[in-house]
Amino acid sequence: MHQILILSGKGGTGKTTVASTFIALSHAKAYADCDVDAPNLHLVMGSFETERKSDYFGLPKAEIDGTLCTGCNRCFEVCRFDAVIPGPTYQIDPIACEGCTYCLHVCRADAIHTRPVKVGDLKLYERKEERFSTATLTMGSGTTGKLVSEVKKQLKENIPETEVAILDGSPGIGCPVIASLSGVDLALMVSEPSVSAFSDLKRVITSARQLQVPVAVVVNKYDINPTICGEIEVFCFKEGIPFLGKIPYDKQVVTSLNGGENLACLNTPASQAIKRIYEKTLQVWKEQVRL
Amino acid sequence: MIVAVPAEEQKLDSPLCVSFGRAPYYCIFDTEKQKSSFIANEAAQSPGGAGIQAAQDLVDAKITTLITFRLGENAAKVLHAANVTLLKALNLSIADNINAMQENKLAELDAIHAGFHHAH
Amino acid sequence: MLNWTPSMQDSIMPTDRTIAVLSGKGGTGKTLVSVNLAAVADQATYIDCDVEEPNGHLFLKPSSVSEQVITVGKPKVDQKLCDGCRICSKACAFNALAVIGKQLLIFEEICHSCGLCMSLCPQHALKEVQKPLGVVRKGSSGSVSFLSAEMRIGESSAVPLIKALMREKQTGLTILDSPPGSGCLVTETVSHADFCLLVAEPTKFGSHNLAMVHELVMLMDKPCAVLLNKTQDGENPSEEYAKTHNVRILGSLPYDKELAHLTSEALVASRENEHYRSYFSSLLQEVKDASDSYPQR
Repeated sequence: MHQILILSGKGGTGKTTVASTFIALSHAKAYADCDVDAPNLHLVMGSFETERKSDYFGLPKAEIDGTLCTGCNRCFEVCRFDAVIPGPTYQIDPIACEGCTYCLHVCRADAIHTRPVKVGDLKLYERKEERFSTATLTMGSGTTGKLVSEVKKQLKENIPETEVAILDGSPGIGCPVIASLSGVDLALMVSEPSVSAFSDLKRVITSARQLQVPVAVVVNKYDINPTICGEIEVFCFKEGIPFLGKIPYDKQVVTSLNGGENLACLNTPASQAIKRIYEKTLQVWKEQVRL
Repeated sequence: MIVAVPAEEQKLDSPLCVSFGRAPYYCIFDTEKQKSSFIANEAAQSPGGAGIQAAQDLVDAKITTLITFRLGENAAKVLHAANVTLLKALNLSIADNINAMQENKLAELDAIHAGFHHAH
Repeated sequence: MLNWTPSMQDSIMPTDRTIAVLSGKGGTGKTLVSVNLAAVADQATYIDCDVEEPNGHLFLKPSSVSEQVITVGKPKVDQKLCDGCRICSKACAFNALAVIGKQLLIFEEICHSCGLCMSLCPQHALKEVQKPLGVVRKGSSGSVSFLSAEMRIGESSAVPLIKALMREKQTGLTILDSPPGSGCLVTETVSHADFCLLVAEPTKFGSHNLAMVHELVMLMDKPCAVLLNKTQDGENPSEEYAKTHNVRILGSLPYDKELAHLTSEALVASRENEHYRSYFSSLLQEVKDASDSYPQR
């Protein structure tokens, strides 16, 4: 499966806006939302014919059988995650429990066992030949790269091999981002002209390079600070990273997205800029895939 | 030699799995007996440390050589400790990779990447 | 007879109060709101709980920074005592241990420091040693006591780092700049808060993530209120959400190019501009009043 991933480092720069526009422009049949912590792509992709949901399980967590518990307190003494709640019957806080099983090992009453805990839902949406793979994590869970890998795997298993998938990535540089970068042909970084975003951009580019994934950069809402936008362009030039364009701040974007309109259908400054960037991205992607 | 190759499907003519630690199967090929078999990767479902567990399982299965596209540094540490030869896979089927290995056409694996530290 | 109001009480005896600023979605304005609320208070502690991508220091530019390395326990093996029995590696839920022959390999970044392996080893070959997890940085920025932390690259869990930050909390007002999302770092942060301020932008994305983080705050039984950020003309799905779910709206901050520019330069708007100083002072008072109207926990 060929993959173009949209990343950013800092959140809120416009990944989902750019990704959804790209999907419409390319008539992509395969796309995914890898931001399993706060998925948003489904909000702008319209409605689908079918939704297939499957449970996603994390590490099994401890559970105490109140009828067997003698209140000896050993579990409380060994738990390092503040997950044991002492009381007339001892209980385990499933949000705090990390599944290490130490408590299980020390319980002399055999009152503790582990149970599989669902930590999220894997979802596959279908609309004619389109396949949209996404997932949601239950709150309080550690965001796992594994769920992101499952989202990509689910997409791969449900589309023809020749299809190019567009992936809406997650913010940050943690495991979910690393997992989303695996096997990607091109990572397009959507940044914004601020000190914070520039700093985060550099960090996420480093991660992409460690995994040998080619990168390209665009700056969204560039007119908020053209000076910093210029600094980002210079940085890209010095690092040999293709700078594919700038998108102006455009109030219309908010109104359109809220109204369920895809920017590909519009002719506003931002949508025009994204269309030009899309063409350039395809160009860079084709060059990468040939290598 | 006992050679392991990460596999997506249990078919010798299919391509390799791009991931090592989360490959659904491994093809195990015995060069003396010229026989191949497939084993399921128990570690694939682990939320974390899949590469480490998969490497441990393969070492316990007494492999001497691994052919793969990529390998994380943690899995590599386990395999190095067991003196397993690491070879870089070519973009061919499992069978063709095994043949290439037997003809000494495969290079040593040099690109070990940082682990995918899946937490919780 | 004096009418004893909460704000009077504040100036005589500062109330310990911890406000978490959350949003669910990234880029909504958590840091903008957090640094400005901290800056306009007479005295406040600002804690950057986004230990994976901290940004608060870019704005507050703290001085007199002292660093403290936070450690976490990891197992260390005495190979002479280890007989390769594998009781530890089989018990480890995180696959952090591997045994090759009689050699035990320990993968520290995967280890969750639970202590189980050491307790099980029949040969007492495993001991706990302290290893660096990250650093906590303390400094000051005007009237703001500044705290942030950075995790060592590759570590699996940042939760202990957030706990370490919270141990440095002082009396008086504390503002927690929370991480985005609703994962374990957010729940750890929220668990230390008396009151949660939910910042939301007027997009479908914003309202969706507002719903997510509101649900989390309700699950954790914390009082909360909403601040509508970057508002412009037209529908505001976040405002609608707040109204239909009976969440108090403390105010709105209209989208403003000047504010966006100041923020992009990593400047604290309330320190640059009287209009914003006045705005955030009023907002801080609203937040205090709102949190006072809930019983102390």
